Amino acid sequence: MIKITKDEIRILLYMVVAVAILACLPLLDQGYILSLGLTIVMYVALCTAWVLFSGPTHYISLATAAFFGLGTYVVGIGIDVLPFPILLIIAALIGGVVSGLVGIATLRLSGVYFVIFTLGMAELIRQIVTWIQTNFTTGIGLYVLTDFSEAHIYWMLLALTVLIFITGWLINRSRLGFAMRIIGNDETVAAHVGIDSAKAKVLLFLISGAYIAVIGAILAPRFAYIEPPSAFNPMISFLVVIMSLMGGTRTLWAPLIGVVPFTLLFDMVSARFPNHSSILLGIAFLLIVYLIPDGLIGRIEGITKRFSKKKERTHE
Amino acid sequence: MEIIITGILLGGAYALIAVGLTIQYGVARIMNLATGETLVASCFCTFWMFNSLKINPILGIFLIAPAAFILNWAIYSLLLLPLVRRAKNKAMLEVDSILATFGILFLLEGLMLVGFGGEYFSYSFLSTSYTIAGTAYGLNRIVAFLAAVLITGTLYVFLTHTRYGTSVRAVAVDPAAAGLVAINVDRVSAFAFALGGVVTAAGGTLLSTFYTFNASMGVVFTMKALIIVIMGGVGDVRGAVIAALILGIAETATATLIDPGLTIAATYFLFILILLFRPQGLFGRQTT
Repeated sequence: MIKITKDEIRILLYMVVAVAILACLPLLDQGYILSLGLTIVMYVALCTAWVLFSGPTHYISLATAAFFGLGTYVVGIGIDVLPFPILLIIAALIGGVVSGLVGIATLRLSGVYFVIFTLGMAELIRQIVTWIQTNFTTGIGLYVLTDFSEAHIYWMLLALTVLIFITGWLINRSRLGFAMRIIGNDETVAAHVGIDSAKAKVLLFLISGAYIAVIGAILAPRFAYIEPPSAFNPMISFLVVIMSLMGGTRTLWAPLIGVVPFTLLFDMVSARFPNHSSILLGIAFLLIVYLIPDGLIGRIEGITKRFSKKKERTHE
Repeated sequence: MEIIITGILLGGAYALIAVGLTIQYGVARIMNLATGETLVASCFCTFWMFNSLKINPILGIFLIAPAAFILNWAIYSLLLLPLVRRAKNKAMLEVDSILATFGILFLLEGLMLVGFGGEYFSYSFLSTSYTIAGTAYGLNRIVAFLAAVLITGTLYVFLTHTRYGTSVRAVAVDPAAAGLVAINVDRVSAFAFALGGVVTAAGGTLLSTFYTFNASMGVVFTMKALIIVIMGGVGDVRGAVIAALILGIAETATATLIDPGLTIAATYFLFILILLFRPQGLFGRQTT
């Protein structure tokens, strides 16, 4: 067991305070700001779960919408039969099984295969769900009617985000996390010291997929009416990639820096110029590649480093 | 029989898109995820030329091809070459090029959405029927297929029987070694990327003669093209053609026998089989 350092205790305290402050948001406002806050927390949770896998492996997963939609559908189908917490567990299991299978099929091979496979995955599952619904059930849409208000969903998501952070921290301290760091730095080295890199990646993708499915499940009551095109909206996958990379993927909390500004910007653009949102996505992708390849966190670190170097020099 | 012929006719257009992509990925080492957008842009160009300038789509290829060549050359030299230079290894270039071409994808898609809106477009060209073995097929589909065969054939001869074609293949095999035998790798890569764009654009023009298209369908075609490329083996023109025909037949069979809404599922079924059993492609040799 690795000892918990003082730094970690300090970060833990910061986190408790931050979460406590954020948890008060529904008490202040029940309207637009809470709704916006909910969207932000949703993307924070999604991005953190995404970075859990894509951060150390550098594999770009576009399957977010697929797992998200699966989670939403679990709740949509089961809400009248089973209690909500059990549905969340089922969502996690289904998300985990599907991501595990996808991982086994693709993660043994190079990254490109994985990207291509996940690119169409939301579309694939959407087609299958639509087909099953039109052929074996009465209608395409599902109603999710619960007593949950936006505040309840917000609190649940916040709690889940904390859980994802704790998971990420535990993974980092475990053998799996150590193996992932070596794989991320040099996969050949990892193979030589006897790490089964495919197994480690599949395991990590499974955890990430399960969490994303739970996020989808928690958000199902917010949509109230679920149909395949909205549940498996591929836009979610791309937004998560952009926000995470914009923040940076080396630490779990770096995506936070990308999520908040981009959610606000995207919300504004898609409300005022709905036809221009893809142009914004395009520009964001190009910006990330050419100007901030390490994310905003990389930029910030660069600036602070330069600043502290200057300080040292003046001391001398 | 009807399924097989319809599938092969559809596969002809797929083959062009996939051959374009396989050249871009195989030689220039760029996984171009915006390839579907090149296709759709070409569909719109053909549509516009046919409706307002009354230019025959088949002749239109000769106008669209140079434009696509210049545009793709510019994209490679201005946007992608810096990434090739900065990449420390293959994996880094892969991630960078995927993200950059995603950017191009959304930018083009957004511009076309603003320009044309989200509606579906189609026009009527050679929409008379032609009978093969007792069943009628659209003449436009047959003409498009023959044109696709002609283009692929020309490309194949160019790659295997000319000096420049040989240097393109040399870069595909090993860029570092190609540089040693006095091949300008950067220029050949840019040329191959542009050539791939031309082939894809030609595929778009032919597709538009019989297919209903809209501004946001590019991604689906990109995905199909990628799956064909992997099925056929990266950089393998012959493999891409055969894989495209297989995919065309599989899709048509699924649409007629099971449900037209399951074509992607059929594509994925093939993809999973390939990933599990022959990840190096249908004709690829096992490495190590």
